[in-house]
Amino acid sequence: MFDREKWAEVLDSISKNKLRAVLTGFAVFWGIFMLIILLGAGAGLRNGFSYNFRNTATNSIRIWGNETSKPWKGLPPNRAIALEDADIVALKNAIPGIQHISGQYSVWRGQSKLQYGMNSGSYSIRGIQPAYQQLQHQRIIEGRFINEVDQVQDRKVIVIAEDCRTELFKKEDPLHKWINVNGIPFEVVGLYAYETGGPERGQRSPVYIPLSAAQKVFNAKGIVDDITFSFADASVAGAKRAEQRAIHTLARRHDFDPTDERALWVNNNVENVGTVSNIFTGITAFLWFVGIGSLIAGIVGVSNIMLIVVKERTREIGIRKALGATPANVVGQVLLESVFITGMAGWLGLVSGVFLMEGIASVVPGSEFFRDPTIRIDVAITALIALIVAGALAGFIPARRAAAIRPIEALRDE
Amino acid sequence: MIVLKDIRKAYRTGANILQVLKGIDLEIRSGELVSIMGSSGSGKSTMLNIIGILDNYDSGEYLLDGMLIKGQSETENAILRSKYIGFVFQSFNLITFKNALENVALPLYYQGVPRRKRNELALEMLGRVGLREWAHHMPNELSGGQKQRVAIARALISDPKIILADEPTGALDSKTSEEVMALLTEVNRDLGKTVVIVTHERDVAAATQRVIYLRDGLIENAHLDPRSLSTSMDGVTVTRKPGEDVR
Repeated sequence: MFDREKWAEVLDSISKNKLRAVLTGFAVFWGIFMLIILLGAGAGLRNGFSYNFRNTATNSIRIWGNETSKPWKGLPPNRAIALEDADIVALKNAIPGIQHISGQYSVWRGQSKLQYGMNSGSYSIRGIQPAYQQLQHQRIIEGRFINEVDQVQDRKVIVIAEDCRTELFKKEDPLHKWINVNGIPFEVVGLYAYETGGPERGQRSPVYIPLSAAQKVFNAKGIVDDITFSFADASVAGAKRAEQRAIHTLARRHDFDPTDERALWVNNNVENVGTVSNIFTGITAFLWFVGIGSLIAGIVGVSNIMLIVVKERTREIGIRKALGATPANVVGQVLLESVFITGMAGWLGLVSGVFLMEGIASVVPGSEFFRDPTIRIDVAITALIALIVAGALAGFIPARRAAAIRPIEALRDE
Repeated sequence: MIVLKDIRKAYRTGANILQVLKGIDLEIRSGELVSIMGSSGSGKSTMLNIIGILDNYDSGEYLLDGMLIKGQSETENAILRSKYIGFVFQSFNLITFKNALENVALPLYYQGVPRRKRNELALEMLGRVGLREWAHHMPNELSGGQKQRVAIARALISDPKIILADEPTGALDSKTSEEVMALLTEVNRDLGKTVVIVTHERDVAAATQRVIYLRDGLIENAHLDPRSLSTSMDGVTVTRKPGEDVR
């Protein structure tokens, strides 16, 4: 394999038949090029979608109170279910393997007014618990997020995003400044990155205050709009169990039929992610199938050409055998030539494909549907190894045929 | 050097079986220069192929330098060929995309001789056949006689004990034929190689020490005097004894 003489023979033979080698190699080049592009596009789609989930713990469930639709234990339907602080505690105790839990009380933009000096703006206000940071993967740029002390002491602190800072503070440092929220002063303790939306999408960030403070300020003692929690078992079955457990716990506390699907709104992220992830696994499998298909077409091409090469060179191989070439010499020669053409062309295809995808990734801005369409290095290496093996396979049948050539038949004069 | 005992060989073509060699007994001693003659279909090329270990035989015994050649693997055969035998063909069989030097050096490649040493030896051998200046020419730039001299150089490069030449002058005019025969004679005389030439040209056979005459798969005469050929235009038929008709 690493015999310099053998390589010299192979390079000699290829350089004497350049056009044929190039045309043969092109099929393999194109095959692997398409494979890389397809896989890169698949990765881009997948990355785009996982980007959408980046601000949500994927092993979390969110529950809102709604309205019952079934009578239960003598109670009529159409009763409103309002979640409360005690539900958070109950869920915390009921869900096995619970990691983070946070209630939320929201005041929508229309009803809010934030003011600092002469500047004011309207942002939706979210009263949340500290665990919300983990549940929503909130990234703090400056200062800190709402913490346990804030929550316990009902402290009037607020965490804002950059758009809010710009509107209220212009270029001033907002930390430890006081802003009026619907007339009540709150101290800015942190600045977070608003990643799910932004001005370019016409969305304004929400601002965060402690849940306890929100309930007090907005006169909603003990009331929460929704509860989000995450849990250890992130499998679909585990998520389903956690969801059922939560529904039953809340059904007992609020007296509704646990099979009543309208009593609560439930958003189970594991199921959402699972569904999307299945779709992408399917898409990726399909892309591999198509890509490998075009690669096989290229490899069959190499095999075919090598058969013709062997046929064309029957006489030459016969001469070589008469001059002392062993069958192993002949097989090695054909295999090496095949692996060389496949490997070189494949490598070129791989490099061009990767460069193209890297180029696209750097030029095309990431969106929710497509971002960073690059393939991982292990995928590339797998493809390259597959190529070498494929080259050897492509050369195998022609090499066998070459080894079987009998010198007397090859040398027979017409 | 070469001993054939009751060698038989048949070719099967479809339903027909063609018995080509019908029991050949022959001995060629070391250092001999012999020619094999016979009409086409007499089995002379088949016999040469068997001697060259390019073809197998059905029954009998072939001893090469005292060694029984039977049942060896393809790889062993290749090694034996490269050690004992140099081939010269009617149509030269040079590799068209290699120059004269590379062609001559090729057998050494299969013996694992390093490239530099190989090219040195090949150039020296080309010098010996008078083609040193043509070393870097491609075969299609050489005349027929030159090509055959390159082929002889290639046959000699691995220093084999036997040179087998199958119609070496078949594609050459009479003048170059003479040159090639002179070279083969020299190879026999000066290098001491055993040279076996298959031919149907009387002039060629006349230049050898002994003529083996084949007819219909049997040796009709193993010790024909070459001088009897050169004097008579139909010397071959003359030597046939009346009544000794072959099947």
